[in-house]
Amino acid sequence: MSKSFLEVDGLFKIYPDGQGGELTVFEDIRFALEKGEFVCIIGHSGCGKSTILNVLAGLDEASAGNVVMNGKEIKGPGLERGVVFQNYSLLPWKTTLNNIVFAVRARWPEWSKEKVKEHSERYLKMVGLDHALNRKPSQLSGGMRQRVSIARAFATQPELLLLDEPFGALDALTRGVIQDELVKIWEETRQTVFMITHDVDEAILLSDRIFLMSNGPNARIAESVKVDIPHPRARATIFQNPAYHKTRDYLVDFLVNRSGSALPEKDGTPKIVEPAKGVAQSTPASFDSETESESDTAARAVNA
Amino acid sequence: MASLNVRAALLSVSFLILALGLWEMATQPPEAQTGMTEYEMLMGGADQESRVPPPSAVLKLAWAELSNPFYDAGANDKGIGIQLGYSVYRVLTGYLAAMAIALPVGFLIGMSPLMYKALNPYIQVLRPISPLAWMPLALFIIQDSDASAIFVIFICSIWPMLLNTAFGVANVRQDWVNVARTHELGPLRTAITVILPAAAPTILTGMRISIGIAWLVIVAAEMLVGGTGIGYYVWNEWNNLDLASVIFSILMIGVVGMLLDLALGKAQKLVEYKE
Ligand SMILES: Nc1ncnc2c1ncn2[C@@H]1O[C@H](COP(=O)(O)OP(=O)(O)OP(=O)(O)O)[C@@H](O)[C@H]1O
Ligand SMILES: [Mg+2]
Repeated sequence: MSKSFLEVDGLFKIYPDGQGGELTVFEDIRFALEKGEFVCIIGHSGCGKSTILNVLAGLDEASAGNVVMNGKEIKGPGLERGVVFQNYSLLPWKTTLNNIVFAVRARWPEWSKEKVKEHSERYLKMVGLDHALNRKPSQLSGGMRQRVSIARAFATQPELLLLDEPFGALDALTRGVIQDELVKIWEETRQTVFMITHDVDEAILLSDRIFLMSNGPNARIAESVKVDIPHPRARATIFQNPAYHKTRDYLVDFLVNRSGSALPEKDGTPKIVEPAKGVAQSTPASFDSETESESDTAARAVNA
Repeated sequence: MASLNVRAALLSVSFLILALGLWEMATQPPEAQTGMTEYEMLMGGADQESRVPPPSAVLKLAWAELSNPFYDAGANDKGIGIQLGYSVYRVLTGYLAAMAIALPVGFLIGMSPLMYKALNPYIQVLRPISPLAWMPLALFIIQDSDASAIFVIFICSIWPMLLNTAFGVANVRQDWVNVARTHELGPLRTAITVILPAAAPTILTGMRISIGIAWLVIVAAEMLVGGTGIGYYVWNEWNNLDLASVIFSILMIGVVGMLLDLALGKAQKLVEYKE
């Protein structure tokens, strides 16, 4: 088996439980991401999704296990991994533009001032904020702030983007609009994205695969669900695809009925599930759909 | 309807007129009944002068002093501007020295829980000491009254700056620190581009408290060490029983204190941010 872009191997997170014992939040987390994949992870609150993401970001340390990206072990944060935090984390004393400039300059210190500015403005334009360059974050709505935060992450062109419930604090309307924008940016850039969400529809709209986590403590990534809907996708039309409903039913059933007891394969890798397999596509696939061999239990990319 | 500001200004002026009027009336010399009493004749009318002077006398003096604030006619006769200048010079010197120490040390304490724990006991013991209590020790060690006064300013203005810097730095939102970390900023760049601007409002609050305390303390310190400065001037005029000068310098102390505070307030506005 060839090495994947990102390999997560046997992650544990263990805290003291306050009574002399131990609390294992999650155990033996194993998965792999391929370049250009969009993967969402869903699980009930407290199962450890943010912790996993922070370990990938290098902001937190696992109690055991390791993460290897591009053949190098991750030890601490780095510019090749961009993070979008749930609470935006913009620097409030900087203007919209300067928040991006800050990141771009850190990424390419050798660039000229003009080049940095031009690059930053391009990404702000992508999220439709070129009219608010000189406003401070406090003068922006929640949705606009999250757009800036997304622009900042994309502008540094990291090899891996980590998004922790980026739309969690937004109202449904705004969320929809920004989801569409994210789809658009992703279609353009094809970044590798790992995203946490609580929203099943959002996960289907965006991902190639969805990881399902069982409940904590001792949570696992039990299943890897393939989303067999061709790109480009759009929020308005995705409902027409029969694969959408199959996938959605499967996810909801997992979260409601099976998340307490679900287990991964014996070797610790997530079970690969294709709920929409065999469902006729209403729109022809715009890419060569690979035929996944059933015996290959490793989580492999669909469109690497 | 006039704006709130206009009405407030009108009210302020009325209060001032009322207060000055009451003061003027309360300090009128009693009607000379039958000329001078025997006692007053003995005193040569000197008793008149030891009365609290009316505002008109203070204003007259203020006009004279302020129209030539920088004259220098010997050790005991210098213009109010020169005296205030000495005091401001001492305050700023002590204050800047305190800043040079308080900001880096505050940063260190704020960033390192170890240093915080190690230094905290000393800070807690030293902080409540009245700055003037240091004066004898300072005079003995430094052997120079001017430098001792500056030292006292140094010691009294260091604590609010130190503690506020430490507090501000320690409480920078972890999210912002994480932004610096994910962008691979080194410790120095993180300190300058993220932690300093994030903690600046808290640090400036400490600096503003410090300058206020320093200005309070300089008056007392100069009364002790003598020679020059507004504190010495007040005390000297009291010894001369020149109460109009005492009142005038009290007002000037207030005005300069207010200006110092205004300056720091302006600086505070510059670094403020809304989340
Ligand atoms: N310092 C700590 N000590 C003990 N337990 C902790 C500590 N920090 C986090 N935990 C536990 O770790 C678990 C995982 O937290 P995490 O934030 O990763 O969950 P999550 O899946 O992101 O949840 P949510 O969906 O609510 O964001 C939680 O159950 C939490 O109680
Ligand atoms: Mg979370």
